[in-house]
Amino acid sequence: MKARTALLLGSLSAALVAFALTSPRVIAADKVDPVADAKAFQNFFFQKFPNVKHEDFVNGPYSMNEDMKRQWQEKEEFPPYEFALDAGKEMFATPFKNGKTYADCFPNGGIGIRQNYPYFDTKEGKVVTLELALNRCREANGEAPYSYVKDEMASLTAYMAFTSRGKPMDIRIPDDPRALQAFENGKRYFYTRRGQMNFSCASCHVQSPGERIRAEILAPALGILNALPIYRSEWSGMGTTSRRFVTCNSQTRAVPLEPQADEYRDVEYFLSYVANGLPISGPGARP
Amino acid sequence: MKRSLPLAMLLALSFAPMARAATEADYKAAYAAAESASKEAADMRNQWTTTVSTLAAAKKAGDGGDFDRAVTAAREAEALAKASIFQATSEKEAWKTMEIR
Repeated sequence: MKARTALLLGSLSAALVAFALTSPRVIAADKVDPVADAKAFQNFFFQKFPNVKHEDFVNGPYSMNEDMKRQWQEKEEFPPYEFALDAGKEMFATPFKNGKTYADCFPNGGIGIRQNYPYFDTKEGKVVTLELALNRCREANGEAPYSYVKDEMASLTAYMAFTSRGKPMDIRIPDDPRALQAFENGKRYFYTRRGQMNFSCASCHVQSPGERIRAEILAPALGILNALPIYRSEWSGMGTTSRRFVTCNSQTRAVPLEPQADEYRDVEYFLSYVANGLPISGPGARP
Repeated sequence: MKRSLPLAMLLALSFAPMARAATEADYKAAYAAAESASKEAADMRNQWTTTVSTLAAAKKAGDGGDFDRAVTAAREAEALAKASIFQATSEKEAWKTMEIR
């Protein structure tokens, strides 16, 4: 009887020890940890492409292919986004009907601040992107909002990105469970397969950067938003971050969400945060 | 082998009258089922472009009175919508397997 009791107690103790040892790992795996996620994300790309300079990842496909890089560097002497840049600069300085300007809506007059967007607005409890902030600025000053995908919005964000070139991405996640949830939602969106093609963002930009998809070379996910907005030859024009997400969805045969949907705002937050420390290179040019 | 061929042809012919043309009621039932599945996928924020276009093709054929084509397209749209629902459901957990850790 004593032996049976001892055996039972021994088994229980062993089970308790095993539970105690394994349970913290389960909790750790489910805990939202943006710092660890960003470190793992960056390390993945740094190890996968050891010959690419870290700051070069923001140049997308050009960081993956030497021939393309040389062509792009030559093209940068007369960059295709130059018209949008000039238009954006002029628009930015032109007062609204009430006499105020965009500079009145942003810290530091809107100059050199691109690296801080998107941010988490603790009052609203949601992510605010630069595009959203620009349209909110317009509406607060009695102006109609612009389309989120191209033209004026692309010009304005091109100018604001240009004034921030070289500054390291600096996205903050406040100590707020809603901010952590937004980051986690963005991460989930990034890795979730969708569309008839059954592709996630990661299928192309994590699993296959540097590979060709038809005539294009896929960009790495790391720093992919640092170059936005972009002039894209395929579009024959400029496009914003919203346009990039919408197009990616369509290409996988998924019906895109509305620009600035919560999911898009969250995935922008996630992708920008994991690129912290990498320089802003927008506006960019892509094939 | 030579005997079985005429026999098969005879059998096929004898069953042929059973394959009737689709009616408007068939189309409406197939379309309603497809539309319902499509709405469920849209509510899950996981609609496929091909579901939308195939459903539109079914409606166009139905409006034009081509119910055979309309029923075929509606059934295809329903299958696509159901596949997108399955995808959205399974991806609720499956996305984690792709995550960089």
